[in-house]
Amino acid sequence: MEVDYSTEAAVVEGNLRLAEIDRIISRPIEERPGKKYLLALSISSSFLLIGAICVGLTFFYGVGMWGNNQPVGWAFGIVNFVFWIGIGHAGTLISAILFLLRQKWRTGVARFAEAMTIFAVMTAGLFPIIHTGRPWLAGYLTPYPNQHGLWVNLNSPLVWDVFAVSTYFTISLLFWYIGLVPDFASLRDKTISKVKKTIYSVFSLGWRHSNRHWQHYEKAYMILAGLSTPLVLSVHSIVSFDFATSILPGWHTTIFPPYFVAGAIFSGFAMVVTVLVFVRKVFDMENIITLNHLERMNKIILATGMMVGYAYGMEFFIAWYSGVQYEQFVFINRAFGPYAWAYWTMVSCNVIFPQLFWFRKIRRSVPAMFIIVILVNVGMWFERFVIIVSSLHRDFLPSSWGMFVPTLVDLGILLGSFGLFFTLVLLFAKTLPVVSISEIKAVAPGSQPSHAGNHNE
Amino acid sequence: MNENKNLYGVTALFDSANEIIHAAKEVEKAGYKNFDVNTPYPVHGMDRAMGLKRSTVGFFTLFFGFSGTAFILLFAYWTMSVNYPMVIGGKPFFALPSFIPVTFETTVLLGGIATVVGILAVFFNLPSNNHPLHDTDYMCSVSNDKYGIVIEAEDPKFNENEVTELLKRLGAKKIHTVMNPGKESFPIFEGRFVVFLILVVLVVCGGTYFTLNKVLYLEPFDWMLEQDKLIPQEKSTIFTDNKGMRTTIEGTVARGYLPYPFKGQTIPTETLANPLLPTKKVLEFGKGKFLTFCSPCHGNYADGDSRLHGQFPNPPTLHSARAREFGDGMIYHIIVNGQNTMPSYETQTTSEERWAIINYIRALQRAKNAKPTDLQEVQKELGVNVK
Repeated sequence: MEVDYSTEAAVVEGNLRLAEIDRIISRPIEERPGKKYLLALSISSSFLLIGAICVGLTFFYGVGMWGNNQPVGWAFGIVNFVFWIGIGHAGTLISAILFLLRQKWRTGVARFAEAMTIFAVMTAGLFPIIHTGRPWLAGYLTPYPNQHGLWVNLNSPLVWDVFAVSTYFTISLLFWYIGLVPDFASLRDKTISKVKKTIYSVFSLGWRHSNRHWQHYEKAYMILAGLSTPLVLSVHSIVSFDFATSILPGWHTTIFPPYFVAGAIFSGFAMVVTVLVFVRKVFDMENIITLNHLERMNKIILATGMMVGYAYGMEFFIAWYSGVQYEQFVFINRAFGPYAWAYWTMVSCNVIFPQLFWFRKIRRSVPAMFIIVILVNVGMWFERFVIIVSSLHRDFLPSSWGMFVPTLVDLGILLGSFGLFFTLVLLFAKTLPVVSISEIKAVAPGSQPSHAGNHNE
Repeated sequence: MNENKNLYGVTALFDSANEIIHAAKEVEKAGYKNFDVNTPYPVHGMDRAMGLKRSTVGFFTLFFGFSGTAFILLFAYWTMSVNYPMVIGGKPFFALPSFIPVTFETTVLLGGIATVVGILAVFFNLPSNNHPLHDTDYMCSVSNDKYGIVIEAEDPKFNENEVTELLKRLGAKKIHTVMNPGKESFPIFEGRFVVFLILVVLVVCGGTYFTLNKVLYLEPFDWMLEQDKLIPQEKSTIFTDNKGMRTTIEGTVARGYLPYPFKGQTIPTETLANPLLPTKKVLEFGKGKFLTFCSPCHGNYADGDSRLHGQFPNPPTLHSARAREFGDGMIYHIIVNGQNTMPSYETQTTSEERWAIINYIRALQRAKNAKPTDLQEVQKELGVNVK
């Protein structure tokens, strides 16, 4: 299995013609769902239902149903929030940053990754809201003139969070939708069902593939990519401010923003690979989502994994170098204290196992990469658990020390968050084109004019 | 100009990107202005071939993005330093560094929304599902894998035969004419639509009524009205006496409730001395308490003119010689013990309040029985010369 890295690999393999691309991508939407799909959907929606029941219990009996208590006031709720927000970051990185860097291979995976961004942010956004215990009062987080005469505190990182996450969701949704408009138009002109045609007509807004439109469209797409790039970096930085602006040893570090962003991209790519491995197989898209795509993403996982590993090491170094007794205690306690098992799970999953991606064979082997990315997902969830729980469970006063043990409701809501995410992903995969039709056509071999030698005319 | 009013334009289909670039260049060169190229994806170099100007979407983003910046900074200034200033973490009211995250997000949000809404609504004039090109074979082909060009009848140079001739010469595979669609009508008072509207109104009204009148009083939406705690006067099953409110343990003295040593004596041999001086503050405090507790029976000026319309027998006036000769301690004794029909006011008033009331009664007595010398005192107070 020799791979030639000296030339750029074709984005679309198998010499597909435009009409074939169209057919392959729109087939999952047009066909009736198969048995396997329905099985997957029933499993994920069962998880969702378990989560919904646990959330219902939380609302009825109060947040006391969770394991959070003094001194660990933030536990699964915030762990899951940070985890899911992080998952979303890969989508924006692929759709915006790789677009600005002119990485053509992004077209094959961008749509799916963007969809995962939106679903992950939706899942993440639920957690701070249900953590309040009175979710219908979440409106208080928005600055609106009210009869209390109060405004939100714009100095607070928690309010920054509200602005960052809601902006991130809105812009991701717009970016995603604007990319979908030409595809809706293609589907509209293809379908023979009257109901589908009405739906596609509404969402395509009467798009005509006009070049007078494409011109502005491409510019707007680039502007949105330009806006999303600093946005995605800001979102996880601001999430990290929730911790970094506090005075708690283990949280109060300036390395947090870049460390969180690297971790977010790391975990996000792992989740994208996890899902795409199935999608390309189930929907016969191996020529559009190629092994080269997966290999490139594995390389990014390797790179960001080492950044995360560097951050782990640097935290320990700074704890020692600062000479702060409390800081040193927190980190020694992390590695050798009661939550050492969580810490070493995190280190082995995030730093040690991804090193296997140095080997080309493993990078290009689907079963091997699947195992590693699953481990990365586990490791990144534990990273947030370690940061939050192990920093909180040892208070400044030994009399206030305590342990966090999750309750069944905690675990049910965690399961439910996966249920929600995968249910949305499955519904998306069957109702919308999982790969951008117009973008793939544009990068298919021979689709762009050769200009026949008069390029500078 | 074209003769056929219903004609929208002439369309032509090509098979490759090279052909369409060539065709677009030639059509532009031939001097046509109202033409368009439809391709399933953006073809590189088409902007130049069609002679299009640079897109101005960027200015839209810039303007609205900076509007967002300006808006949120003004908003932060007004809410945090003008409308409700509060010191937070020792920062100045207008703490610019800590407003940066929110400022950045709002800039991106407004810039992004303006870009998308701008291109869709302003630059593309969408939604336009009734465009003549829709539902034609031409549109289905360019949606899939063909490259098309359309020359519109509105073009000043348009002539159906000339245009067809030009497109043929350029190597078009298929040439069609597209007609304007007939006028669509949207009858508002169609039966089905009216029924739909009525249903919508019913569902919205019913839902709102149900939410506001029922759901908001159900657990857990009821603003924590139901709580597992005892409120005052409630029965308790925990204590043997079934009382929710607990009494103090025998022998304890609550703050401000020092026991009165002469309690129960009808005519005390000893009384307490008034610890309060009749200052303005004390008199005003005493006036308030007098009006609350004493005036219903004794009258606003202690004349014994009850405003209870004979529900209780009227008490005697406090301006009698007997009442004026009572010591302060005696009046205090009467307030604590009660006298004849008057009940004890021990539980309603604190000792400080009683002394203040007594001082106020003294002021009333003096005012009702003023002597000419008192007038001199008043004038002295006011700084008027006495003759």
